[in-house]
Amino acid sequence: MATGTFAESGADLELVGITKRFPGFTAIENLDLFIPAGSFFALLGPSGCGKTTTLRLVAGLEEPTEGKILIGGKDVTNMKSYQRPVNTVFQSYALFPHMTVLENVAFGLHRRGIKDAVAKAHEALILVELDHVANRKPQQLSGGQQQRVALARAVVNRPALLLLDEPLGALDLKLRRQMQLELKAIQTEVGLTFLHVTHDQEEAMTMADTVAVMNKGRIEQMGAPQELYELPRTAFVASFLGQSNLFTGQVVASTSDTISLDIAGNHIVVPKARAARHTGLVTVGVRPEKLTLHTETQTHDAGQNVLTGGVVKDVSFSGVSTQYIVSFPDVGDIVVFAQNMVFGPVVHEGAIVSVSWNIERGFGIEDHPEQAGKFVPDDNTASIAVAQRKALSAELEGA
Amino acid sequence: MAFAAFANTAQAVDAAPRKSSKIALVLLAPGLAYLALFFLTPLVALILTSLQAPALYGDMGEYVYAFRWENYVAVVNEYGETFLRSFGYALIATMAALLISYPIAYFIGVRARKWPAIQAIALILVIAPFFISFLLRTLAWKQIFSDDSWTMETLKALSILGPDAHFTGTPFAVIFGLTYNFIPFMTLPIYTTLERLDTRYLEASGDLYARPSTTFFKVTLPLSMPGIVSGTLLTFIPASGDYINASGDFLGGPSTQMVGNAIQSNFLVILQYPAAAALSIMLMAVILVIVAIYVKRSGTEDLI
Repeated sequence: MATGTFAESGADLELVGITKRFPGFTAIENLDLFIPAGSFFALLGPSGCGKTTTLRLVAGLEEPTEGKILIGGKDVTNMKSYQRPVNTVFQSYALFPHMTVLENVAFGLHRRGIKDAVAKAHEALILVELDHVANRKPQQLSGGQQQRVALARAVVNRPALLLLDEPLGALDLKLRRQMQLELKAIQTEVGLTFLHVTHDQEEAMTMADTVAVMNKGRIEQMGAPQELYELPRTAFVASFLGQSNLFTGQVVASTSDTISLDIAGNHIVVPKARAARHTGLVTVGVRPEKLTLHTETQTHDAGQNVLTGGVVKDVSFSGVSTQYIVSFPDVGDIVVFAQNMVFGPVVHEGAIVSVSWNIERGFGIEDHPEQAGKFVPDDNTASIAVAQRKALSAELEGA
Repeated sequence: MAFAAFANTAQAVDAAPRKSSKIALVLLAPGLAYLALFFLTPLVALILTSLQAPALYGDMGEYVYAFRWENYVAVVNEYGETFLRSFGYALIATMAALLISYPIAYFIGVRARKWPAIQAIALILVIAPFFISFLLRTLAWKQIFSDDSWTMETLKALSILGPDAHFTGTPFAVIFGLTYNFIPFMTLPIYTTLERLDTRYLEASGDLYARPSTTFFKVTLPLSMPGIVSGTLLTFIPASGDYINASGDFLGGPSTQMVGNAIQSNFLVILQYPAAAALSIMLMAVILVIVAIYVKRSGTEDLI
C-alpha cells in the first residue's frame, strides 16, 4: 500500500464465495458479503459462529480455503496482513508490552513513514482521553484504558477499513456509550468503513447501519437493525436479536393479504407480506413488547389476534417494564413486556389473563418447523418458544 | 537465571512485611551458612593468597602472608594479553552461540508449538550432549579434527584446506569448542522466553504494517531479551574462565592460552599460588564489572 499517506476514504469490502475449513470443522461456508465504502457494518452472532474467523480472513491473519477477498475492488486474497490497508482492534488488545502507550500508538505510523507520527499519536490519545498516560507501559493501565489505547492505535492509521473484534467488551456502560459515540463520530468524519464483530445485539443495533446475523458459518439475515428486528426471517434471528414468541401451526385459511393459522384451536392471522411461507406448517412470531395483557375477557376484534385463558406464571419487574410469562394450554409459554404505566405490575402470578396483538405486528419465518429444533442445544440462542413447546408436548405425551 | 534471581531478591525485600522477617531469617539461615562456608571463606582465602610473598630462603611453592599488591601488577604485565584473548574468545563464542541458538530456540518455542512431540524431541536433542561428559565430547572433537584424521585428510584432498593446514591449536578451534559446549546454555533460556511469547503481538505488528523482518526486530527480539540476557550470561561467564577448550590437551595450543589455562598452570605446574590467586580475583572482578554494565544497559528489568 502507499506509504506516507492516509487513506482518503473508506473502501468497499467484498467477500466472494469464502470458505474456511480448519482440521475437523468448517468455520465458514461459502460466504458472500458486500460492505459498501463508508458504512458501519456489524457482524453479530454467538461465539463459534465464524464471525471472528471472517474478521481474521479480512485482516490477513488467516487464509481462506476457497474464495476471494476484495478491498476497494482490489483482490487482496494473497496479500500478507502488513500489505493490506486494514487495521484491527483486537479483542485481547495485543498492546506491545515493551513499548510505552505512545510508542504503541505511533507504531503503525512509523512503519508507513508518516510525518509527525508522534504528534498524530498524541492527537489519537487525546481523542480517547489518555494523553496523560502516554509515557506509561500498557500493563500499568486498567483494562478499559488498554482497550482505548488499542482503539487509538488502530484509528490513528486512518485505514480504509477498520476491523473491530468485540472492542468495547471490557468497558463499563458509561465509557462504552462514550466510545460508541466516538467511534461513530470518527467513522462519519473520515468516512472509514467499519467492520464490527460482536455478540452484543444492542451494541450492533445502536451503532451499525447494517447488521448481519451469523450462525454456523453462514449469514442468516442481513439488513438495517430495525428491519432485522421487526421482520426476522429465521427462528435464529428472531430469538438471537431480542426475544420472540414463536407459534407453529397449519395454515387453515388464506385471503389475498393474510394467512390464518390454527394454533391449538386459536386462529392467528399474519399478513402475507410479512410471512415467508404461505402454506402448510408455518412458524409465526411476535415480539413480546407488541403484546397487550388483558384481565377482562377479550372479544375478538378485527385486526387483532387474541389468545385467552392464560395463567400468569412469572412476573419480573425491571424498572421501565415488567416481563410476564403467561402459560396458555396447548400453546405454551408466552413472554409479554408491558411498560410500567402505573406503579408496579398490574397482575400477579396465578391470574387468568388474555393477550392480544395487532395482526400487522406478527411475522412468519421461513424455517421449516421440523428444522427449528436444531437450536435446542444452544441455550442462549435457542428459539425459546419452539424448544419449550417441543419439550412440553413431549412431556405431556409421556404423562 | 543468575540475573532473574537478582531481580526477584530486590522485589522480595520491598514486599516483605516486617512481621515475617524473623521467619525469613530462619529460612535463609541454611543458605547463608552455606554461602559463608563455601563461598565467602574461599574468597577471603583467595584474596589473602593473592597478596602473599615468597618465604625467605623457602622452597619453591612456599609463601608467607603479606600485603604484596605488586603481585597484581606482575600478573597484569605478564598476562594482560591472555586476559584480552580470554574475553575476546568468550565474546566471539557467545555471539556465535547466540546466532546458532536463537533460530533453534525460535523453532522449538514458537514454530513447533502445534506439534508437542516434535517440540519434545527437539528439546531432548538440545539437552542430549549433557548425557556425556563435556571432556569426552571435547576430546572427540579433537580426534575428529586432528591433523591425521580422515576429516582433515578429506578436506585437504578436496583442496578445501591447504596441505599444511591445522585445526587443533588454532584460535578458531578454541572458539569452535567454546561455542559448541555452551550452545545448550544459550538455547534453553531463550527457548523458555520464546515459548511464552504471545503470537498475538506478532499478528498485531503485521496488522500495523510491519513486514516480518521489522516485526522480528521491533517485537520478537525485544520480547525475548530476558532469555537472551540469561543465555549470554550463562555462556559468557563460564566461557571466559574456561580452561579445557583452550588447553593444549584438547583443542588449543600454546598460542591460544586463556586466563583459565594461566591460572591452572600457575597453581598446579609452576606453583606460583599468589599469581594464580591474583589472576582469579581479577577475572572475577572484570566479569562482575562487565556483567553489571551489560545488565544495566540491556534494560531488561522492565520486561519482568
